Amino acid sequence: MAEATALWEVFIRPRNGLSHRHVGSLHAADEVMALQAARDVYTRRGEGNSIWVVPSSAITASDPDHADEMFEPTADKIYRHPTFYEIPDEVGHM
Amino acid sequence: MYSQGLIGADGRTKEDAAFLAAFQARIDAEEKIEPKDAMPEGYRRTLIRQIGQHAHSEIVGMLPEGNWITRAPSLRRKAALLAKVQDEGGHGLYLYSAAETLGVSREEMTEELLSGKAKYSSIFNYPTLSWADIGIVGWLVDGAAIMNQIPLCRCSYGPYARAMIRVCKEESFHQRQGYEIVMTLARGTEAQKAMAQDALNRWWWPSIMMFGPHDSESAHSEQSMAWKIKRFSNDALRQKFIDATVPQAEFLGLTVPDPDMVWDEGLNDGKGGYRHGPIDWDEFWRVVKGGGVMNRDRIKARKKAWDEGAWVREAARAHAAKRAARKMAAE
Ligand SMILES: [Fe+2]
Ligand SMILES: [Fe+2]
Repeated sequence: MAEATALWEVFIRPRNGLSHRHVGSLHAADEVMALQAARDVYTRRGEGNSIWVVPSSAITASDPDHADEMFEPTADKIYRHPTFYEIPDEVGHM
Repeated sequence: MYSQGLIGADGRTKEDAAFLAAFQARIDAEEKIEPKDAMPEGYRRTLIRQIGQHAHSEIVGMLPEGNWITRAPSLRRKAALLAKVQDEGGHGLYLYSAAETLGVSREEMTEELLSGKAKYSSIFNYPTLSWADIGIVGWLVDGAAIMNQIPLCRCSYGPYARAMIRVCKEESFHQRQGYEIVMTLARGTEAQKAMAQDALNRWWWPSIMMFGPHDSESAHSEQSMAWKIKRFSNDALRQKFIDATVPQAEFLGLTVPDPDMVWDEGLNDGKGGYRHGPIDWDEFWRVVKGGGVMNRDRIKARKKAWDEGAWVREAARAHAAKRAARKMAAE
């Protein structure tokens, strides 16, 4: 089997004022080639003005099997939302 | 392009009924399945095969058109064709990445293509004999691909659906540049018009075969539909393609080479449609199994590219290692 080259995750900022957004991944031997490949693969039609490449191996992800414990506790904290509080209409928009 | 006619999918799976029912409930609720989610083995296997075939089709699909880049009749046509072929390479890469999220490596997929184990769309085993073929390929082959890919944008597997959205955005120029080429020929001299008709005659049937066997013959289609990998059956998409394409041919004054084709009021739930004549499935299977004019050439060309690119991959790795060492020393 051929030797594998590293996998990189690609993030692109569509224009100033927006965050970089994950667009996909690619293989490259190093970060310089990863950036060049990202430019060719993901920005052929003016998709952005800035690219980040991050080694996929550097990403730590939450475990989808534990998504319940991880995210469920926020569901019952309705007092974190503005609609939980009753303000009379006379007060106006708040 | 081109995975509607998935060849040899096998959705059999061994999980227990409760697991499968829970998975199906997520699918039915239109939840997307993401890479690390629990999924039936059959779902994973079907997707690896489908996305792999799709990726290989994009890459092999660069060959019949790449063949004409140096002979494009004007700079405008050459720039457009170059951009289209480059897009197809990009499509292959988006799709390989999507397949890799399911646990198959790029190297495994490449080796399966080069060894002939993996399939790709049969359409690319036909030769592009004249410049008119380049027009017809853009119009019909990319046109059929778009029909097939638009519903894949809603595929239940997130990474595949996202890759398809990107691909679909890029495809419409492909079809339009193809149609423009054919239109230019159809409005040209008698010889040019004849060249366009000849290309249409050769590509029509292979294009409608791209949608795969009839629903009654496609064994694993039902499971793919239930899992929402596929949204429409082969025959439904083929009908859509034919209904869209026949009027486009008429506009050009070209004739679809199907003497049995008739307008049938009863098709499409009474809205009417073009009923096509019998498809030569022996021809389809012959080409799938390696008997097409170009099967050997296509794989030979991919092998040559892989072998002759070996020094580039080695050099890139050596350069990366050297830079990494230098960086370490400096720190
Ligand atoms: Fe494509
Ligand atoms: Fe295309």
